[in-house]
Amino acid sequence: MNKVVSRQQLSRGITRLEIQAPRIAEIRQPGQFVIVCLAEDSERIPLTIADSDPQRGNITLVIQNVGHSTQELGNLRVGESLFAVTGPLGHPTELPDQGCALCVGGGVGAAVVHPIAQGLHRRGVKVTSIIGARTREQLIFETELRRFGDLIVCTDDGSHGCTGLVTDPLRTQLAAGPWAVVYAVGPAAMMQAVAELTRPAQIRTIVSLNPVMIDGTGMCGGCRVSVGGVTKFACVDGPEFDGHLVDYHDLLDRLTTYHTFEKSGPGGAKDHCKL
Amino acid sequence: MNQLTQSRMPSRQHLPIPRQKMPEQDAAARADNFNEVNLGLTEEAARLEAGRCLQCKKPRCVGGCPVAVNIPKFLGLVAENRLAEAAHVLRCDNALPAVTGRVCPQEKQCEAHCVLGRKGSAVGIGYLERFVADWADQHCPPPAAAISAQGKKVAIVGSGPAGLTAAGELARRGYAVTIYEALHKAGGVLSYGIPEFRLPKKIVAREIERLQAAGVTFRCNVVIGRTYTIQELQAQFDAIFIANGAGLPAFMNIPGESLKGVYAANEYLTRINLMNAHRFPDSRTPVLNGRRVAVIGAGNVAMDAVRSARRLGAAEAMIVYRRSRNEMPARIEEINHAEAEGITLQLLTAPLEIIGDDRRWVTGLKCQRMQMGAPDASGRARPEPVPGSEFILPCDVVVMAIGTRANPLLTATCPELKLNAHGNIIVDENGMTSLAGVFAGGDIVRGAATVILAMGDGKRAAKSIDQHLRAQPPAAN
Ligand SMILES: Cc1cc2nc3c(=O)[nH]c(=O)nc-3n(C[C@H](O)[C@H](O)[C@H](O)COP(=O)(O)OP(=O)(O)OC[C@H]3O[C@@H](n4cnc5c(N)ncnc54)[C@H](O)[C@@H]3O)c2cc1C
Ligand code: FES
Repeated sequence: MNKVVSRQQLSRGITRLEIQAPRIAEIRQPGQFVIVCLAEDSERIPLTIADSDPQRGNITLVIQNVGHSTQELGNLRVGESLFAVTGPLGHPTELPDQGCALCVGGGVGAAVVHPIAQGLHRRGVKVTSIIGARTREQLIFETELRRFGDLIVCTDDGSHGCTGLVTDPLRTQLAAGPWAVVYAVGPAAMMQAVAELTRPAQIRTIVSLNPVMIDGTGMCGGCRVSVGGVTKFACVDGPEFDGHLVDYHDLLDRLTTYHTFEKSGPGGAKDHCKL
Repeated sequence: MNQLTQSRMPSRQHLPIPRQKMPEQDAAARADNFNEVNLGLTEEAARLEAGRCLQCKKPRCVGGCPVAVNIPKFLGLVAENRLAEAAHVLRCDNALPAVTGRVCPQEKQCEAHCVLGRKGSAVGIGYLERFVADWADQHCPPPAAAISAQGKKVAIVGSGPAGLTAAGELARRGYAVTIYEALHKAGGVLSYGIPEFRLPKKIVAREIERLQAAGVTFRCNVVIGRTYTIQELQAQFDAIFIANGAGLPAFMNIPGESLKGVYAANEYLTRINLMNAHRFPDSRTPVLNGRRVAVIGAGNVAMDAVRSARRLGAAEAMIVYRRSRNEMPARIEEINHAEAEGITLQLLTAPLEIIGDDRRWVTGLKCQRMQMGAPDASGRARPEPVPGSEFILPCDVVVMAIGTRANPLLTATCPELKLNAHGNIIVDENGMTSLAGVFAGGDIVRGAATVILAMGDGKRAAKSIDQHLRAQPPAAN
């Protein structure tokens, strides 16, 4: 059982929870995730560890409401407990030791690039982050990311920062390089767009994938993704991969597998939010 | 001859008593539910069946049992209606008789060696094992917690049959045992793989409760290699037993495997058994319940998947297997049960490609007919394609049940563990790995094998760990 120690509504549909998980808080590294189970009969939901406080033994999870299970999670109150939190899972992010890195986060992806920017910053790598959302209200982790370096903000409707998609300021930034590496986390279409922009100059680009998962240990094969024409299990081989090799179309398509259940089932269904 | 007259016959007059039939749920009714198919022998039938045993001087059945249960002794006690004693004899050698009585391939093990089987039918040893175990669960108190006399601690990785067996044996010898399990529920394949209709989950739960009562600590939701490393466990425990199974599903690498509607059997069965997808939307995890489901493979896993598909409402649930019926590796009882439930067998059929529509949902399986060719060097006949025999088998769900390999998650984080070419952990004759004090057993050592072999490994490892730790100075407290 893991207790919720703090809760913050970041925007409509996005909740930030701090959860007691001392061992995970102690050893988690950037890019790793946990699988949470709200109750014994709940779905197993993968969530990136957005931050941790090893002294207090807490980890931070950011949950976007995309279905019944994530809604239930987001509705948890301080003092309530989760049935299980397993982790830290997946490979830690590959971080350079020097130079400059770009972190691009779309939507809740901003919470996923947060630990990466944090890890880079701790190593002395110069970080520039670009985050975007539809409107100002949906923009998250702005203050947090600003701590680690330059931050460029954009919104689709121009209600905050520049108007447009994260790829617009990215173009300018890429030209201003050199960049050791670019990290991109967000909707598949956004990650694909970033990878296309970095491809001509062959800038190393790392993306974090969010397929449906169950066990998170490589046992079920449900999280398989196609990378460079080879089948990989995102939970154990990833969740981060070379952005230039990922088959985004396949990822996007497989994410829709249980959409009809989500619509039809009064109880709930598999949603795909691993941020 | 009816049963009453049979039972009045002198007990040692063997030949006229036929093998007792296992009562089962009606085939038409059970194809719609997940309740157990076999209902268990009555006490009367069990006594009759046990009485068929010839009590051979040199019992060959025992040699056919991987854990060498004293079969004639326990059968003799059943025949005399001394069931508590029978249960004791059984449990001495077999820690999970209610499980193995249901899932062991008896027809290839103990029963294959029964002398009665030469002329007629072998004694139903599996049926009786199950009967005695179920009876004891109802009538005998669980063992009390052993005093942790040794003051020594053993960690076990994985709560499948190998881990559970080792835990029981070690707790009995007075060690403080902690089992680490990656999933939120203990039991390994017994919980997430083998379906309710073959192995009710309450039986697995009962065994786990039994171990808890004996003092074993279960720590679920801990992934060794991630949450803790083997090195960290070594610092905290006096010995370690690794039994993390062979959970890494194989795919065929044919086109179409990423279409929607394609599952590895592990995922399909885990959704149902562990996550209760068959009760969706009352449970929270869904599964695609196809109208026409093709399961590739013919082992126990394939049978479990195809029979689950039928129970989820598939109008047609099919096995697709490239060899002939004789080579099907599943337990014979599962094949018979499957056929009675209306499962169709596409034998001598090899899949070439999974076909999908423009929205990438599965619509069919492109196959090729095969014929059995001449035996190869190993003496095993190889299936060969029949030229020009390609056809499309319409289906909307495809389940791959072609085997599993060693899961590298743990071993990759402990490079000191010596592995073979397949990634399985290498152990010596005592079950010890290349790391002193670290033992391994079950599927992670053997590759996908059986419940009873995993249990045998657990038992051997417990014995070796005991010897290993006795040879060391006592713990400082
Ligand atoms: C669907 C199916 C049907 C089968 N039917 C039969 C049958 O009828 N008869 C028969 O004899 N055999 C059958 N088998 C085979 C049998 O189940 C296995 O051989 C047996 O379970 C192996 O036991 P084990 O203890 O080695 O591993 P498992 O039962 O695989 O258990 C391993 C456990 O370790 C856990 N684990 C893995 N990695 C870690 C880690 N890093 N940290 C912590 N925990 C971890 C896993 O979650 C799992 O719970 C079947 C297998 C399947 C999949
Ligand atoms: S989630 Fe099951 S293999 Fe990755």
